[in-house]
Amino acid sequence: MELALAPETLARWQFGITTVYHFLFVPLTISLAALVAGLETAWVRTGKEKYLKATKFWGKLFLINIAMGVVTGIVQEFQFGMNWSDYSRFVGDVFGAPLAFEALIAFFFESTFIGLWIFGWDKLPKKIHCFCMWMVSIGTMLSAYFILAANSWMQHPVGYRYNAANGRAELTDFWKVLTQDTTLVVVFHTLTAAFLTGAAFMVGISAFHLMRKKHIKVMRTSLRLGLITLVIAGVLTAISGDSLGKVMFKQQPMKMAAAEALWDKEEPAPFSVFAYGDVDQGHNKVAIEVPGLLSFLAHNDFSSPVPGINDVNKAEQQKFGPGDYRPNIPVAYWGFRWMIGFGMSSFAIGLAGLWLTRKKFWLAPGLRTGDEEPPVLALTKHKVLGARLTKWYWSLAFVTLGFPLLANSWGWIFTETGRQPWAVYGVLRTSDAVSPGVSQGEVLTSMIVFTTLYAILAVIEVKLLVKYIKAGPQELSDADLNPPTKIGGDSTDADRPMAFSY
Amino acid sequence: MQLHDVWFVLIAFLWTGYFFLEGFDFGIGVLTKLLARDRREKRVLINTIGPVWDGNEVWLLSAGGATFAAFPEWYATLFSGFYLPLLLVLVCLIVRGVAFEYRAKRTEERWQRNWETAIFWTSLLPAVLWGVAFGNLVRGVKIDAHKEYVGSVLDLLNPYALLGGLVTLTLFTFHGAVFASLKTVGDIRERARKLATVLGLITAVLAVGFLSWTQVEKGDGSSLIAMIVSVVALAAALGANKLGREGWAFACSGITIAAAVAMLFLTLFPNVMPSTLNASWNLTVTNASSSPYTLKIMTWCAGIAAPLVMLYQGWTYWVFRKRIGTQHIAESH
Repeated sequence: MELALAPETLARWQFGITTVYHFLFVPLTISLAALVAGLETAWVRTGKEKYLKATKFWGKLFLINIAMGVVTGIVQEFQFGMNWSDYSRFVGDVFGAPLAFEALIAFFFESTFIGLWIFGWDKLPKKIHCFCMWMVSIGTMLSAYFILAANSWMQHPVGYRYNAANGRAELTDFWKVLTQDTTLVVVFHTLTAAFLTGAAFMVGISAFHLMRKKHIKVMRTSLRLGLITLVIAGVLTAISGDSLGKVMFKQQPMKMAAAEALWDKEEPAPFSVFAYGDVDQGHNKVAIEVPGLLSFLAHNDFSSPVPGINDVNKAEQQKFGPGDYRPNIPVAYWGFRWMIGFGMSSFAIGLAGLWLTRKKFWLAPGLRTGDEEPPVLALTKHKVLGARLTKWYWSLAFVTLGFPLLANSWGWIFTETGRQPWAVYGVLRTSDAVSPGVSQGEVLTSMIVFTTLYAILAVIEVKLLVKYIKAGPQELSDADLNPPTKIGGDSTDADRPMAFSY
Repeated sequence: MQLHDVWFVLIAFLWTGYFFLEGFDFGIGVLTKLLARDRREKRVLINTIGPVWDGNEVWLLSAGGATFAAFPEWYATLFSGFYLPLLLVLVCLIVRGVAFEYRAKRTEERWQRNWETAIFWTSLLPAVLWGVAFGNLVRGVKIDAHKEYVGSVLDLLNPYALLGGLVTLTLFTFHGAVFASLKTVGDIRERARKLATVLGLITAVLAVGFLSWTQVEKGDGSSLIAMIVSVVALAAALGANKLGREGWAFACSGITIAAAVAMLFLTLFPNVMPSTLNASWNLTVTNASSSPYTLKIMTWCAGIAAPLVMLYQGWTYWVFRKRIGTQHIAESH
């Protein structure tokens, strides 16, 4: 059979397409849920209208986004059985549990409370309404935790034994699966990156409105919230990413060697800035490197040895038998760089923004701006950016609002392709994981169907987002400002139109 | 009773919850074409399920996740075997979810009409397909010695399973009509009740046929009891609907669904997916299940989570207990 269209290849492409697509919505959902909940809390506590306007505005964008996240998540729950039935048979005993936990605990939380939040504006007192969004937020994070525990088990299987009698992996220690270092570090990294994503989104859109001097009050608040989140999340993403790298150097040396295109063991090992190589021959033709940095990333000192691709490949051949244990090196190498590059660019833009828009610190009193005017971008105490540079900064923040999405996607592509040829590292090969009974035609059909459907939905979604982003926050009505005091709504307004209806 | 039996019951329970809850919201989707006279009424119908359809759908995800964890072999054979029908269900659920959330996000009539059409078809098709799938599950399919489905998609379209599909479609639509009469006010409420009578009678004919066929082929004493409960509840639902006792009618149409699902699972047990090729190749609660350790953990999780879920989902229904009429629908957005 033509290799390019082998069911395994197609199933992998389908998994890649549907998962990367799903993960465009996930991090935004996680972070926006918390940010919207924070804004609504500010409204409940202060009663300031700008917070309610902001809650409604970001809440709407959040809803457009989560709708896609929810529906594309359904596919994830079922495609293991559809395309990866041998995988499911082999790992179900271990892998199924966190998935079921996710559904029973997290999904119910998320979906039930989101319904209450959407339709509950005139049915719930504001404190309870706000509480609902916090529940949604907890749901999204729990969901991330369980699914990442499952994924971490694929990266670094623990707490199981191989049962030869029925040829499958069986769980022996669920606690270990939930608390192994891979899980904890990955959860930390994914959540911080999620907040980086939502914050960049918020900053970008606020910048868009501030540049046009529209909706200033709401957007100033949003910008500030976004920038602070962006900077904190950026720092934490870098720290967690560094920890994750160190864990991976230990657990999957091949993945990290591939990420660096480090062919042979070096001591100390350099960090590669640019490399172009020959995969068949196993060496680089061009390499620009920072000496010793890779040793530091792997072991926290500048001299320790780091094994190369060829070394790990030989070691794995001895351990697992003849074969090629190298992942796709260019994808790992560039995926790793794009992940860091896109993510850290957003962080840098956020850091610059936080400095430029500071309220009082090291800023001449004349340059301080009020609630009703766009912030002045002040480089130093007395020097502000000119109109052109100011516009340039707002535009930059706006056009790069999707950078973390690219970083996330490349991060996943890197970590998943970097594990190849394994589905479960060291235990189950991807080629042994596909559904033997599913035909090439069936996988091809589903791949084409999902890809086409997702493409169409992407266009619809982006157009809707653009429409609502452009429109900006809406004016508040009396009903908005006077939420009910009783659960189920105050009885006097029984015959009023609903505050929200489809 | 061993843990894998407990999990068989729990999975039956999750499917029951799914069909009870999403049953009426599929029904509402179908009724947007059958019952609503104008676009305002359509919106009334859609809004009766607005706050809850998403939570209802999670019962399916839980059933899927629980099957994966508790019976990996069942999960693997079922979803790789029923590949194309499941693909169609997934596409429907994707489009349906987006349709609900995006329909009101633009005011252009064409935009809204397109999503309304989508809601109708993506409610109707899964309502049929789940019946076809369960019909095949009970009837048995071609499973070989390696627990792989070796039949074709056409094998799934046999008369028994197709009848099952018609039963779920009409039963869910009936259940939806009863729900509509319970949740609306005004003219549409009366018409929903009238339509429910017609739908209930059609359902009765089809359901009695399908359940009797099941009983004759696969049944035993316990399944007969479940069948009788289901049929009696259906008659009671029709009666209560006629008398205008909408709450009772809804409870009874719910019991009809629950008892019918119970009957199907009773005829399955101790198999989870029987093979028509060789009885020794049947997937059973023993040879398809996870290890006792995994089942124990899962039991703890479900034991704590499931009652909580029912509690806060129940609370949601209470929060949105008021009826909706055309006067409650805001003009524009």
